[in-house]
Amino acid sequence: MASPLIRCFSKVGRQVSRPWSVCQHGLRNRSTQPDMSAEQAAALGVSYPPLQTYSEEEGMMRDAVNKFAQERLAPFVSKMDENSLMDPEVINSLFEQGLMGIEIDPEYGGTGSTFFSSILVIEELAKVDASVAVLCDIQNTLINTLFTKLGTAAQKERYLSRLSTDMVGSFCLSEAESGSDAFSLKTRADKHGDYYVINGSKMWISNAEQAGVFLVMANVDPSAGHRGISCFIVDRDTEGLQIGKKENKLGLRASSTCPLNLDNIKVPEKNVLGQIGHGYKYAIGMLNEGRIGIAAQMLGLAQGCFDQAVPYTRQRVQFGKRIFDFQAIQHHIYRVFCNVFQAMQHQIAHVATQIEAARLLTYNAARLKEAGRPFIKEACMAKYFTSEVATLTTSKCIEWMGGVGFTKDYPVEKYYRDCKIGTIYEGTTNIQLSTMAKFIDKEYDH
Amino acid sequence: MSRVLVGVKRVIDYAVKIRVKPDHSGVVTDGVKHSMNPFCEIAVEEAVKLKEKKFIKEVVAVSCGPTQVTETIRTALAMGCDRGIHVEVSGKDYEAMGPLQISKIFAALAKKEEASLVILGKQAIDDDCNQTGQMTAALLDWPQGTFASEVTIDGEKVKVVREIDGGLETIKISMPAVLTADLRLNTPRYATLPNIMKAKKKKIANMKPADLGVDEPPTRLAGVKVETVDDLVAKLKANGTI
Repeated sequence: MASPLIRCFSKVGRQVSRPWSVCQHGLRNRSTQPDMSAEQAAALGVSYPPLQTYSEEEGMMRDAVNKFAQERLAPFVSKMDENSLMDPEVINSLFEQGLMGIEIDPEYGGTGSTFFSSILVIEELAKVDASVAVLCDIQNTLINTLFTKLGTAAQKERYLSRLSTDMVGSFCLSEAESGSDAFSLKTRADKHGDYYVINGSKMWISNAEQAGVFLVMANVDPSAGHRGISCFIVDRDTEGLQIGKKENKLGLRASSTCPLNLDNIKVPEKNVLGQIGHGYKYAIGMLNEGRIGIAAQMLGLAQGCFDQAVPYTRQRVQFGKRIFDFQAIQHHIYRVFCNVFQAMQHQIAHVATQIEAARLLTYNAARLKEAGRPFIKEACMAKYFTSEVATLTTSKCIEWMGGVGFTKDYPVEKYYRDCKIGTIYEGTTNIQLSTMAKFIDKEYDH
Repeated sequence: MSRVLVGVKRVIDYAVKIRVKPDHSGVVTDGVKHSMNPFCEIAVEEAVKLKEKKFIKEVVAVSCGPTQVTETIRTALAMGCDRGIHVEVSGKDYEAMGPLQISKIFAALAKKEEASLVILGKQAIDDDCNQTGQMTAALLDWPQGTFASEVTIDGEKVKVVREIDGGLETIKISMPAVLTADLRLNTPRYATLPNIMKAKKKKIANMKPADLGVDEPPTRLAGVKVETVDDLVAKLKANGTI
């Protein structure tokens, strides 16, 4: 899977080390404002601001989504997790707030904002519920991007306005026999005149229960290997499309994950997205960006969990002290093993550092992508690192909260269950590490 | 034709734990999260609702203060106001400013903009004065509907249901009028992302109180402590107050 990656995206193997310069959002019709909030621009007057600097618009969006998520979404979270069902009202409010079409042009009813804004939105949503965040992430970073980049005028007209206002989309690549080895997919698309007949089955398809449109990756010519893979737009009501029963999952339960059966589905030629045989390129390209979205989700998850646990440690008093200040009673015994992180404070500080590092990786990858610079290695690093940090954070948070952390009355156990998928989907940790290794290898080629 | 002026105040966020400055001269505001006064949010929501129901054509958000208040005006624009006015007052003047000066500014603006309604929050959560609305109405000699929990426009009149100590009171006042919003008037909307983007293009005009013919707030004179009530009466008689 890595070789097509290098062939397609061998922009610059060697990392040209340039100073981190101010992002110019020249890709969109915006004024070339420096990447700072109004106050900071005045105060600093510096062209190399810290990574955590946002434009006024990004700052306003983040605050708006933060407020919306904490006030309107939070009450639904526990019930949705228990029933493994996303409440339609939640989805409607996401559309109402304009969160499902963040980068879509206003002419199609979208918000017309940037990739980094999407990242901030996903992070804020994930602080409250990772399932809602993933629904928003898939829509924005995979579905909308594919249509925007590859859609014909007619396709954009037909789908983008619906994707930004009331229709959820699903991305169908994985199959029972092809996960990491995505390009060995078996779903076939046979051409008959001006339409294709698709046969096969897909697995692990997120948003399947709610989606109105499915982007199905199928192979038109298995003898050509991955060069036959193409992307087809399949409407939900297409005859022969069967959406299977959703999986009963450990975490991210409110996000529907279903198998799909494609039984002699007729798809007209005009529903081919992009070019025939180029599907593998599109898939990789989109997944590179989607990776940063997942990193943002894991980051928000870790931060949200941390924000729930630390106040508890500041309140809970044992042995006459807040447990936040607690030094482990047997601390001196463990000193022998040089385990510096026994002290509660140290553990909390360590986790906070990891979250900060994860945040900077994620934001930097997002800014690199926006600047049109090579970002794949950094995106892999962000996704891999944040999923690991999320696992560490949530595990520790449960420990810090003790018995109550282990019960469903408190939210931390949900974060713990939700984080595990981070190391698995949209490219397993092993895949991320292999991809990074290939880039690193190339860097030393000269 | 119909224009509404909405006042928005930038205050310390309601969720923040207030800390007093070490020299006891005030509260810590540096680096503390600020947002729009919750009652002002309700006022903005009401004004935008009236516009959506087509009773009024334009909503203008007004705020008095230093440069930072433009954030608050932008939030009002993102909620649906059409344009903003920033009356610049900074530093010592801002700290000395109180409801009387604000009311003078609003009164002058209401006349200048030919507003049919001025909607304010009933009070700000930092000073809890509950005076600006009433003073503005008095300066303009307009009727006032304060502590409004329901507002209906009926031709040239406004029906206001007010929350008072005894319960609810319904009054009918003619426009132009001043209204102040109480908690149960409505539930403010969240600024949607598309509206935040649109707000960037909306204009915020800049002016100084002097442009409106309002003087700088007078410096407060020190008071005098007296021992008895008789002394108090004598002093008040001496300086001609009574």
